[in-house]
Amino acid sequence: MPMVIDRDEVRRLIQVGAQLVDVLSLKEYERAHLPGAIHIPLKDLGQETPARLRMDTPVITYCYDLQ
Amino acid sequence: MSARAAARLESLGFSEVFHYGAGKQDWFAYGLPREGQETHTTWAVDVLLRDVPTCHLGDLTGEVRARLPAGWTKCVVVSNEGVVLGLLDERGLESGPERAVEQVMEAGPRTFRPNVSQQRVSQYMDDRGTDMALITSPDGKLMGVLRLEEVKGR
Repeated sequence: MPMVIDRDEVRRLIQVGAQLVDVLSLKEYERAHLPGAIHIPLKDLGQETPARLRMDTPVITYCYDLQ
Repeated sequence: MSARAAARLESLGFSEVFHYGAGKQDWFAYGLPREGQETHTTWAVDVLLRDVPTCHLGDLTGEVRARLPAGWTKCVVVSNEGVVLGLLDERGLESGPERAVEQVMEAGPRTFRPNVSQQRVSQYMDDRGTDMALITSPDGKLMGVLRLEEVKGR
């Protein structure tokens, strides 16, 4: 089960190359997102996703808040 | 939503998947870097004053008034954890030195999230005829304030 992490851990993982995935709408993503985050809405996650992300690097997902 | 996304990634074979539970609301609340269209929009968190006078429910207004720094006419009422409970304004401060803050404060004052544009907060202050707006973190803790005089001076 994916581990829930806080802001400090996100910052630490980014420093070691973690990939950030913003799962919100494109409009929300375009408005503002975390540095370097790529946009993959929840509904678009599927068999083709491994082609967009590195499998050997940590991945961090986020949305707006605890929704 | 992101918890489900993280679980889905795991199901697709990703072995190191994490879920930033507090999300970008939390990230932006602390003024950390952002990308996107609003990179050049000034948010409240970019300009807020963090050194703000505070007091507690049981404090006496006379004591609060005496320790208010020069230039301040209001005091933010907070819990021991820093959560905003009220606002002690000029009227409350003048209500009598022996009165408890809790009796004379404005309870449940309007607050703004730090990732709201400075312009929106400024407009609110203009519309309401007030000179200060409170900025709180997602968990309700006081982060600072925007004062009309500084906002207009920018």
